[in-house]
Amino acid sequence: MTTSNPTIRRAVPVRREISLRMREALHGYAFILIWVVGFALFAAIPLYETFQYSLNQVSVTTGSIELSFVEWANYSRAILTDPNFIELLIGYTIETLVSVPIVLIFAMVVAMLLNFDFKFKGLFRVIFFLPIVITSGPVIKELTAQGAASAPGIADVPAVIDFLEQLPRALRSPTEYLLTSFVLILWFSGVQILIYLSSLQKVDQSIYEAAAIDGASGWATFWKITLPSLSTATVLNAVYTIVTLSHFSENKVIQYIYAQTYDIQGGIGYASAMAFIYLAVMILLLGIVYFFLSHWARRGSR
Amino acid sequence: MMKQVLRHPLVERLRSILFGSRAEHGILFKGMLYALLITIGFVYIQPLLFMFVNSIKSPDDLLNPMVQWVPTQLYLGNYEKAYRVLAYPDTLLSSILMSVMPSVLQTAVASVVGYGLARYRFLGKRLIFVLLLATFLIPPQNTVIPQMLTYRNLGLLGDPLALIIPAIFGQGFRSAIFILIFYQSFSSYPRVLEESARLDGATDLRIFFIALPSAIPAFIVSFIFSTVWYWNETFLTVIFLEGGVTTLPMQLSRFTQAYENLYPPGTVNIFDRLNEAVKMSGTFLNILPLLVMYFVLQHWFVESVEMTGITGE
Repeated sequence: MTTSNPTIRRAVPVRREISLRMREALHGYAFILIWVVGFALFAAIPLYETFQYSLNQVSVTTGSIELSFVEWANYSRAILTDPNFIELLIGYTIETLVSVPIVLIFAMVVAMLLNFDFKFKGLFRVIFFLPIVITSGPVIKELTAQGAASAPGIADVPAVIDFLEQLPRALRSPTEYLLTSFVLILWFSGVQILIYLSSLQKVDQSIYEAAAIDGASGWATFWKITLPSLSTATVLNAVYTIVTLSHFSENKVIQYIYAQTYDIQGGIGYASAMAFIYLAVMILLLGIVYFFLSHWARRGSR
Repeated sequence: MMKQVLRHPLVERLRSILFGSRAEHGILFKGMLYALLITIGFVYIQPLLFMFVNSIKSPDDLLNPMVQWVPTQLYLGNYEKAYRVLAYPDTLLSSILMSVMPSVLQTAVASVVGYGLARYRFLGKRLIFVLLLATFLIPPQNTVIPQMLTYRNLGLLGDPLALIIPAIFGQGFRSAIFILIFYQSFSSYPRVLEESARLDGATDLRIFFIALPSAIPAFIVSFIFSTVWYWNETFLTVIFLEGGVTTLPMQLSRFTQAYENLYPPGTVNIFDRLNEAVKMSGTFLNILPLLVMYFVLQHWFVESVEMTGITGE
């Protein structure tokens, strides 16, 4: 009797502990349930279905969808026979790889400028965040069509055209893209500036004071303190930039895929296969950029 | 000799004005700062200015090569035409509805999900975050076709519900970002307050409502960004709403066609043909509501990130 009593006393709190944990977990699941259902209905199942389409020849008749299994034919067609798709994909890769560093550097510079104290700060902030509001597909399209998005007048200067012609082929299209869409690239930096700015404001000011007392120059302070403290924000911004550029409705690859969906020659199956190839390329790009940046971030924090 | 000159108080004073001292930045620094700010500001403003100036050019001014930045007269004819072509009152109203309704729902659901992720420990939380990231990364064209076919079968294609239902399930446009904003916001809610409420016998739902006011900045920021992004989104709206509802950006993307329906090219005189001035008027009318909203709410945009503290640690 005396030996069993303590064990019972100990067992009761343990059981309560477990049930409390269970209770907490169940309540947690209740809060996120709607999202999990939504994820299944609007992300996982459609993604799986799209993958199925990509392995089939899909024909849509009124009310029903007919699938005939073609294995990987849609994929091989996109990669091997379609002359446009691969070219668009390469263009997209180059444009993204050119844009990301520009957006990052530009956003970082603007954020650092806005972090100083000066007059009319509010006005400049309002101007710099304007692109967040108005960067939509049709607006950008109209602006580019009217030539308002290129670096003002630079791409038409004869000397620049000559210079472009002398460049090796591999460098020519990125440079050309840079000149014609420079303003456009900058317009994609709004949110990134916000993120950098908030990171900068979180840096402990006493670190800068200590560095100044030790006689560090502004240059050294930037490389040793500012840049390392922005590494998380940089990774975040890089991912955000790539995703925004890749989802942008005026993106040529997306437009091609969309056009092929309703095309007699293309069809849903073919468009789905291209969508998956595009997704793979995008993830690859994210992976490359993420690898380099996180490598750099780890080295910087050491 | 040289050293003496450099040590002279006047020279030192001049140097501190130019290059700055410990307490203040110098004139050179300030000059460079303003030069940079103004240049970058100009790069941002220039397309808008270009758009506005061109939108008030009369057909004569458009043809006149001398007129670049200053039109000879304020000509509002382009706006009249663009207003009609865009069917402005109707499209404006549906644009407002189609961005505000999903935004409200999306923000509400994101707050619930974000709260669940921030305040409870449960198995599989990491997985949820990975899946959240996945919904942010996966381009819409990888999931949109089956959804469209389902909506078609249900007769919901062209119906506002097609855009609203995903928002209710936390799968609206960029929902993942808003869930993360609320996650950050609720994570910083003191556990002591939660526990004292629990001791007073509050249920979990009640505690959620007690914690809600602490997330007011997150609500405002999410709602504003959500509205702007829904407004500007055209890929999904074109697929889901085509044939039923027409938003402003949708109408802008088929501006040429709509113009020629209203003013058939063969029947109107040369001055009433579609020109870039009319197109720019249409574009300007398209962003005007957003500009108004931005200038009214600019404080919330500018300080949004500081208020919600989203930097993704």
